[in-house]
Amino acid sequence: MPDTAVPLRPGRRRAGTSRSSSVLIHALLILGAVIMVAPFFWELMTSLKTFAESTAVPPKIFPASPQFANFSEVFAALPFAVQFVNTVIMTVARTAGQVIFCSAAGYAFARLQFPGRGVLFILFLSVLMIPSQLFLLSQYEIMQAFGLLNTVTALALPGIFSAFGTFLMRQFFLQLPPELDEAARIDGANPFQVFWRIMMPLATNGMLALGVLTAIWSWNDLLWPLVVNNAPDKMPLSAGLATLQGQFLTNYPVLMAGSILASVPMIVLFVIFQKNMLEGIASSGIKG
Amino acid sequence: MSSPVTAAEPAAVPPLPRPDLRARRRSSKGLRRGDVIWGYLLIAPTAIGLLGLSIWPAIQTFWFSFTTWGSFGGHTFSGLDNYMQVVKDPELGRSLLNTFIYTGMTLISIPLAIALAALLNRKGLRGVGVYRTLYFLPVVTLPAAISLVWKLLYNGDFGPVNALLGLVGIPGTSWLSNSHTAIYAIGIVSIWSSVGYNMVLFLAGMQSIPAEYYEAASIDGASKFRQFLRITVPLITPTTFFVAVITVINSLQAFDLVYLMVGPTSPALQSAETVVYLFYEKGIIQSQGGYAAAIAFVLLVLILIITLFQFRVQKRWVHYA
Repeated sequence: MPDTAVPLRPGRRRAGTSRSSSVLIHALLILGAVIMVAPFFWELMTSLKTFAESTAVPPKIFPASPQFANFSEVFAALPFAVQFVNTVIMTVARTAGQVIFCSAAGYAFARLQFPGRGVLFILFLSVLMIPSQLFLLSQYEIMQAFGLLNTVTALALPGIFSAFGTFLMRQFFLQLPPELDEAARIDGANPFQVFWRIMMPLATNGMLALGVLTAIWSWNDLLWPLVVNNAPDKMPLSAGLATLQGQFLTNYPVLMAGSILASVPMIVLFVIFQKNMLEGIASSGIKG
Repeated sequence: MSSPVTAAEPAAVPPLPRPDLRARRRSSKGLRRGDVIWGYLLIAPTAIGLLGLSIWPAIQTFWFSFTTWGSFGGHTFSGLDNYMQVVKDPELGRSLLNTFIYTGMTLISIPLAIALAALLNRKGLRGVGVYRTLYFLPVVTLPAAISLVWKLLYNGDFGPVNALLGLVGIPGTSWLSNSHTAIYAIGIVSIWSSVGYNMVLFLAGMQSIPAEYYEAASIDGASKFRQFLRITVPLITPTTFFVAVITVINSLQAFDLVYLMVGPTSPALQSAETVVYLFYEKGIIQSQGGYAAAIAFVLLVLILIITLFQFRVQKRWVHYA
């Protein structure tokens, strides 16, 4: 719309500044992008270097010949395959759990009237505001009491339930027209049928946003896995890579190769579902 | 989005079904039985999970904070001992200072994110999607991977950061093991990894500013920069406020980067450890759960006070439309 103002004020100066300012904008944005990407570039280059090249003084940017063997060495040097599977199980369980349970709870908070709803809502809200460290010691003892320490179940369990996810889904359901519920209810559907058959399909975007956010957050979660599981074969990659840094401190190329293999799944997921994820972030941000 | 539909509701919905529905399905209290039963059933999994794994743990941790943990398990009540210790503990004082430095540095990502979002928000700019993806990459990347590469970048002997500084004649150091630089070096990584997230929030905020404002301003001859200062900046203050609150809350709980980049054996640990790192060290490594619980409550109170303060002063600078 502001562009329509340009022809109204015919002057070479305006058009000129607009073109040169767009060059300036791109220059600034590219400079920023270079700073953002440089560490990733260095990571990739290091993963292809020999050990000697990775610690050369002055630093070499490119490897003389790419050492792709570093990537296969990851599987020999670290319990990578097992930790990858642990991470996948933890992430899938948390994501599926949150998408289903948070949608259900979010729908109930958005549309159903029942006694105690206000109190429950305040309880959920308080969970959202309390720093998670406050739960940690006691959660550890609960896992211990149920004999779940050093299990993949313990990794996934607390993250299946989310106050944030419930609020996000509540927001999405509140945006849907209430006439849809009413019409279905008049036709004799019970609230579960309305939720499952009508509202859930309409909230696909919300569920995708929550799903991608949960997946990335689970995949990268560090503190909880460090607390409950200390056996390397029960750790996810986040904790595994962290604790293995000490043991393989000097072998940067192999560690970088492992980091890349461990980061790529979420980067791919983000690139594919970017639109849903960013919408989810924006809507949770604005509607808080 | 649903507002046009909602606005049309009284006219569009025939008046007949509504009273009928109330008479048939609602109990004397005005509630529908189906609503009540299904309301509880749909909320049950998350409510039970949160009660068992968040709310109960928070209550239990409150109790822990008044106990001393024996080396063979078992917690004995020790009154306010832990809190007395917290007040006197120089390590907690240091970790608080480090946490504040880290938080202050992370807040720098806000003006950066606003500037980037403003550049991206230009109509007809090419490659917005590509830029947004690139700036967002650190947000989705495994913290362990991020820390690893930054440790290499910051390395005192063969790190490229020092090599670059050397080109302009600035002497480098071992950034992460030098106790004067460690927390600042970590802070820079924090800015780098949060700027993309904040930028997305600001971009969403800027896109909701009506285009007419800019139109009117450019007819009046205001430059783009002036428009940014006089229109964009004031109108995104609600987003700025929200981002500031979230950034402060998250930064006060900083753990991952410190644990991953400095770690227990570093000579710089004391000058880089944050409150949550101290909590982890006391509660998990040293099994002093009672003391750790007290630290966690000090953190909660701190977060509440700072957040309340932010809400208090927001009236002075946040413009709600």
